Amino acid sequence: MSTTLQPVSVEELAAAVRSAPRVIATGAGTKPRLSAVSADIVRVSTAKLAGITEYEPSEFTFTALAGTPVREIRAALGERGQYLPFDPVLADAGSTLGGTVAAGINGPGRWRYGGLRDFILGVRFVDGYGRLLRLGGKVVKNAAGFDVPKLLVGSAGRLGALAEITFKVFPRPSAWRTLRLPAADEAAKARLLAELGRGRWELDAVESVVGEPIVFTRLGAPEAAIDALAKEITERFGGAILGEDEAAAWWRDAAEFRWTHLGGAWAKFPLTPSDGPAFAAWVAAQPGARARIGAAGNVGYVSWPGAAAPAECPWRGVLLRGNGPLWPGPRRDSAVAGAVKAALDPAGRFPGLED
Amino acid sequence: MTRPKPNPALRRLAAVVPAGRILDGPAQLAAYESDALTAFQTRPLAIVVPETQEEVVAVVRFCHAEGLPFVARGSGTSLSGGSLPVAGGIVIALNRLNRIRRIDLDQRIAVVEPGVINSAVTAAVQAHGLHYAPDPSSQPICTIGGNVAFNAGGAHCLKYGMTSNHVLGLKAVLATGEVVEFGGASREQAGPDWTGLFVGNEGLFGVALEITLQLLPRAECFHTVLAGYATLEQAGDAVAAIVASGLLPGAIEIMEKLALEAATAAVHAEYPPGCEAVLIVELEGPREVVAADRARLDALLAASGPVEVRPARDAAERMAIWKGRKSAFSAVGRLSPDFIVQDGVVPRRRLGEALRLINGWSREMGVRCANVFHAGDGNLHPLILYDGREPGALQRAEELAGRILRMCVEMGGSITGEHGVGVEKRDYLPDMFAAEEIACLKRIRAAFDPKGIANPGKMFPEKGAPALAHAGLHPLEKAGVISRE
Ligand SMILES: Cc1cc2nc3c(=O)[nH]c(=O)nc-3n(C[C@H](O)[C@H](O)[C@H](O)COP(=O)(O)OP(=O)(O)OC[C@H]3O[C@@H](n4cnc5c(N)ncnc54)[C@H](O)[C@@H]3O)c2cc1C
Repeated sequence: MSTTLQPVSVEELAAAVRSAPRVIATGAGTKPRLSAVSADIVRVSTAKLAGITEYEPSEFTFTALAGTPVREIRAALGERGQYLPFDPVLADAGSTLGGTVAAGINGPGRWRYGGLRDFILGVRFVDGYGRLLRLGGKVVKNAAGFDVPKLLVGSAGRLGALAEITFKVFPRPSAWRTLRLPAADEAAKARLLAELGRGRWELDAVESVVGEPIVFTRLGAPEAAIDALAKEITERFGGAILGEDEAAAWWRDAAEFRWTHLGGAWAKFPLTPSDGPAFAAWVAAQPGARARIGAAGNVGYVSWPGAAAPAECPWRGVLLRGNGPLWPGPRRDSAVAGAVKAALDPAGRFPGLED
Repeated sequence: MTRPKPNPALRRLAAVVPAGRILDGPAQLAAYESDALTAFQTRPLAIVVPETQEEVVAVVRFCHAEGLPFVARGSGTSLSGGSLPVAGGIVIALNRLNRIRRIDLDQRIAVVEPGVINSAVTAAVQAHGLHYAPDPSSQPICTIGGNVAFNAGGAHCLKYGMTSNHVLGLKAVLATGEVVEFGGASREQAGPDWTGLFVGNEGLFGVALEITLQLLPRAECFHTVLAGYATLEQAGDAVAAIVASGLLPGAIEIMEKLALEAATAAVHAEYPPGCEAVLIVELEGPREVVAADRARLDALLAASGPVEVRPARDAAERMAIWKGRKSAFSAVGRLSPDFIVQDGVVPRRRLGEALRLINGWSREMGVRCANVFHAGDGNLHPLILYDGREPGALQRAEELAGRILRMCVEMGGSITGEHGVGVEKRDYLPDMFAAEEIACLKRIRAAFDPKGIANPGKMFPEKGAPALAHAGLHPLEKAGVISRE
């Protein structure tokens, strides 16, 4: 059984990192594969490193400790009519802000204004030397120094332990509508996704379930404008506007990944809309596999019934749950990735980029 | 001036690129001595003008093997000395790598070479209702490679973000000679965001060879309003009220009196009389959304005590508002032989306080300063006027610039919002970051460039200042081709 430390301050986090030759920061464990590394490693939990440290609604920014539950942040922002437009996932499941950044995964709303990488402004993190460093900024615009905050997005704790993160936020639209649009097959779906992406409506989210002849899209706009937009879309593509409860349930299911097999392997694959049909065919060939395509064809999530991910994947992705390589699919090696890892973590205190 | 003896390294370099790619005549070298921060000048050993990506790779590998410093250069419009040559090094001018390699309308991406001009991207796709969002004022002339290196911004960053938010992937030759591909055509990614790290590297990692840009549908409808105020505080309060209301305008800009006078003189812009400050707000989106937001914006502006509110009634009036705004700095520049543009950032709520301080110092030091800025982002652009022929004037201008930068940091902001650190602000990096943080950035740099040959002397504080001189506008500004923001 591995040791778990629970620092209660950022200074203690740095000390915890320094205290052992091999460590990994962990959040709520909602993406367990990311921290499933050898048992002798010391796990540094951010459970007690929680709380919003600064929130200035007038600045469109907040700063929170890495262990802060995303749910808490969502509620605090909501009280002031603001939100994180990339829709942090697994909030109800308890996911932490730090884990969300380290996993680099976005919810359906990422379609409209971009993903987590587009809203992160600054970080405090502990590098492999055990030093607490602050990089990036706390204001909505900053070009000083290299953009290390972005590098840490999706870095799965391999480059450092996140202590505190600053984000940009946006005002939340006052009204929402969800539309269910028909698409005869996966090829028709790919065309529909492209058309929705090019339209004038500024859609908030565009998602589909692989194997089902439907696309779900969400609009966020002022109350006075939203019905006209929704009507135009359904008149053009057919389909229907969902009732409020049904819509809320659908998006919760999507953002919470409740559609995945409990305990089964689960992975994310960046895609392009034209990959859709091939991706759907690949999923269909695997017994029991379920999949969704999000961000209008730019990402696929696959859930397998068993814990083992398939040995071969045609796309490069990240395994979030289950057994198998952290980055399934074709490898893309670069010497500089190893050199940057060594620059931040020369003694290999954190797991390797490929562990 | 006599022509120096052919340098042995240059002779060897000539062997790795086709004939005619190396420029080393005195007039040719002189043309590359500065970027748009003309106060700094350095003469390089030679300019290499590659025509293909393979040639760039060969040149960089040569530099790596020889330990020869190089500076990648797009159009040389950097305002912070980023593309200032390095003495004894070469400049790699990328303007001939100006092909748009691929446009995919379904995926809404363009794959371009680094020498492609920013506005050429939009020009290539606008017939399809798409555009490339980042819009630095220098967009008719600056390159995508330069934008990537500096993470360039523009007037629409509040809603759309900077260059980084629109770069999905890139191919680059690093200073080690390694050719890498980061990211790709998808808007999503797996693993650390290498693309995000590369954007904004200020030319210290290597040379970008091919960049995948995201394209956005052009907004269907715009509503652009100009509001004049008797005091700057009122304009600032109006910004605060708009932000607090939950509106998300595409742009929120402020111009102060000196800038208004200059724009009036230069491009015949017309502003309401008796105003200390003018606020420009632009809403954009589907027409139904703009109509709904417009009603709220109009009410907010009416309640903010303006001298006058002028909504643009058509596209021509909208363009006129933006023309006045985008030409303001070069217009102010005409009031003075020399000037420095700063681009520090302060928290939005402290804008009024920041401007009061700047104007106070300006009076106290007898250095004129005009303010035109991205109010929505808290990104200041004080234009500090001086006459380089006057003894001590440049030093006084720099002293004011320094006070402004330190103020930005003290207020919790940044020394640069979009123009980069370059040579100009490298000594201020320690005001923003602790020694250990700078050491960390340097180690990352060394991972990309162990020999320190890619744009050395930039971003990080160093002993020995580059040659300071005074000169006026960028040649292209004098010609009226570009204006600075
Ligand atoms: C009138 C005026 C208005 C301006 N307005 C704005 C504005 O609104 N917003 C804004 O952000 N900036 C603005 N700028 C600053 C400038 O235009 C931007 O920084 C721009 O991105 C520089 O592009 P460039 O092609 O001229 O690059 P250069 O000046 O040639 O180079 C800039 C930096 O990029 C590096 N570089 C260039 N190409 C490459 C490459 N292919 N690979 C790696 N590194 C490379 C250079 O080494 C250098 O460090 C303005 C400048 C002027 C003169």
